[in-house]
Amino acid sequence: MKRYTRRRLVNAINLTVSCLTMVFGLIWLVWILFTLADKGLARLDWAMLSQMTPPPGETGGVLNAIVGSLLLTLAAMAIGTPVGIMAGTYLAEYGRGSRLASVIRFVNDILLSAPSIILGLFIYEVVVMQMGHFSGWAGACALALIVIPVVVRTTENMLNLVPDTLREASAALGAPQWLTITKVVYRAARAGILTGVMLAVARISGETAPLLFTSLNNQFWSTDLSHPIASLPIIIFQFAMSPYNDWQQLAWAAALLITLSVLALNIIARAAVARRGN
Amino acid sequence: MNVRAPAIDSAFRQATRAFALLVLLLIAGIFASLVAGSWPAIGKFGWGFLFSEAWNPVTEEFGALAPIYGTLVTSLIALLIAVPVSFGIALFITELAPVWIKRPLGIAVELLAAIPSIIYGMWGLLVFAPFLSRHIQPWITAHVQGVPVLETLFTGPPMGIGMFTAGIILAVMIVPFIASVMRDVFEVVPPVLKESAYAMGSTTWEVVWNVVLPYTKVGVTGGVMLGLGRALGETMAVTFVIGNAHRLSASLFMPGNTIASALANEFTEADGELYTASLIELALLLFFITVIVLAIAKLFLLRLKGREGKGT
Repeated sequence: MKRYTRRRLVNAINLTVSCLTMVFGLIWLVWILFTLADKGLARLDWAMLSQMTPPPGETGGVLNAIVGSLLLTLAAMAIGTPVGIMAGTYLAEYGRGSRLASVIRFVNDILLSAPSIILGLFIYEVVVMQMGHFSGWAGACALALIVIPVVVRTTENMLNLVPDTLREASAALGAPQWLTITKVVYRAARAGILTGVMLAVARISGETAPLLFTSLNNQFWSTDLSHPIASLPIIIFQFAMSPYNDWQQLAWAAALLITLSVLALNIIARAAVARRGN
Repeated sequence: MNVRAPAIDSAFRQATRAFALLVLLLIAGIFASLVAGSWPAIGKFGWGFLFSEAWNPVTEEFGALAPIYGTLVTSLIALLIAVPVSFGIALFITELAPVWIKRPLGIAVELLAAIPSIIYGMWGLLVFAPFLSRHIQPWITAHVQGVPVLETLFTGPPMGIGMFTAGIILAVMIVPFIASVMRDVFEVVPPVLKESAYAMGSTTWEVVWNVVLPYTKVGVTGGVMLGLGRALGETMAVTFVIGNAHRLSASLFMPGNTIASALANEFTEADGELYTASLIELALLLFFITVIVLAIAKLFLLRLKGREGKGT
C-alpha cells in the first residue's frame, strides 16, 4: 500500500508540474503582449502612421519605414514565391520518391532553420559587394531566401494532400502532366498554398538580421529599391536602443504594429488550414 | 497542339527541376561565399582562430573563442530550461487537456514562435532585464553564496543584461519549436501501447515516462536538436540583451557575446580586410555548426517517420 501511495503521489506531483509548465509558457506570451499594448498603444496614432521618422529628440512617425517594409516584403514575395512553388511542385509531382528530391527536401529543411543573419551576410557578399552599395533590392533578396524554404515546404505538403484519383482522372481525359498540375492539382491545393504564402509573409515581416547589411536604413521618404530603404524592424532596432524618449515610444508603437500584423496573419493562416482539415 | 504538348510538358518539368536544384545551389553558394569571404582570416590565423580569445581591431588580432563560448553557453542555458518546459507542455496538451482546449493551447504556444525576434530583444532589454536585475538576480546571488560551483556561476553585479538573460529569452523562443515536435511525436504513439500500460494499472505519469517517452525518444531528440539549431543562430533577441563584450567570464551574469550578436553589432562598422574576414569566418563557423545540428535533427525525425506505420 505504501508503494501504491508513493506512485500516486509522484503522478500527482508530475502532472501538477506539467500544468505549471503550460502556465509558464503562456505567461511569456501574455507578458509580452501586455507590455506591447501598454507601451505601444499610446503612440499608435495617426501622427505615427502619417509622418516621417524624426531626427533625435523631435516627434514624428514611421510612415517611411512602413512603406519601406511593405515594398521589401512585396519584392521578396515576388522573388521567392514563384521559386518556392516551382521547387515544391518538383518535389511533390515529378521528383516524388526520387533520390534527388529527398536530398533537396533535406537541404530545404536545413535552410528553413538556418540563421537568418547568415543569409543576410551571403547577400551582402554576392549582391551588395557587386553593386558597390546597400540597396532595397539586396534586402528583398535576403528576405526572399527566407521565403523560399517556407513556400517549398508548404507547397509540397499541400500538393501531397491532393488525392491521386484527381490526377488520374485528368490523365484519363488525355491531359498532359503539366496541364494536370496547373489546372487540376494547383486548383485543388490553392487554399493551402496561399496559407504557406501568408505564413512566409508573417515570417519575413519581423525579420531584422538579414536587413542589417543589405537594405540598411534611410531616414527619409524613399520608394526606390535601388537605394538604402527604411524598414520597421530596423527602425525598432535603432530607436529602441536610443536614449531619446520619443524614439523609444515610436519603437514600442512600431513593435505593437508588427506583432499584431504577424499574429493576425498566423491566426488567419491557421484557421484556413483548420477549415480545410475538417 | 497535340504535337507541341510533349514539348511544353518537358519544359515545365525541367523548369520545376531547375528551381528545385536552385535550393541545392543556394546552400552550396552560401558555403562558398563564406569561405571566400573569410579566406584572408583563415590564411592569417589558421586553426589558432578557434582557440584565441583576442579581439582587437587596432592590432588586427582576432580569435573566435569568446563568441563561440558565448554561443554555446547561452544555447546550453536555453536547452536546460526549454527541454523540461517543452516536455511538460507537450504532456499537458496530449494527455491532460480536455479536447476542446487542445487546439487553442497549441496555437497559443506556437504564437510564441511567431513573435519576431526583435520584439523579444526589445522587450528583453527594456522590460525583462530590469525585472531580473531588481527581483531575481540579487536573490540568486544571495542564495548561492558558499555553494562551490554555483557561487562562481552567479556572481557579479545584477545588471540585468548578460549571458543568463540571453539564455532565458532564447529558452522562451525555442520552447514552441521543441514543444510542437514533442506533441506531434507523442501523438503517433499507438493507443494500444498506452492502453496496455493503463490496463496494467500504470498512472498517467508512468505511461508517459515508461511507454510514450521511450517509444518517441528519437523524435524527441530530433525536436531538441531543432531547438538547439534555432538557439545557436538566433540574432536580434540576443544582440539586445547580451551586452556585447568580447571576453570569457565564468559568471553567467556578466555580459558576453555570441557569434550572431558579434556579426549584428560589428559587421557594418568593421573596416579593414582582416576585421571583415574574421567576422565572416565567425559566420562560417556558425553556419557549419547549425547545419550539422539541424542535419542531425532532421535525420532523427526521419528515422521516426520511417518507423511510423509499422504499428506496434
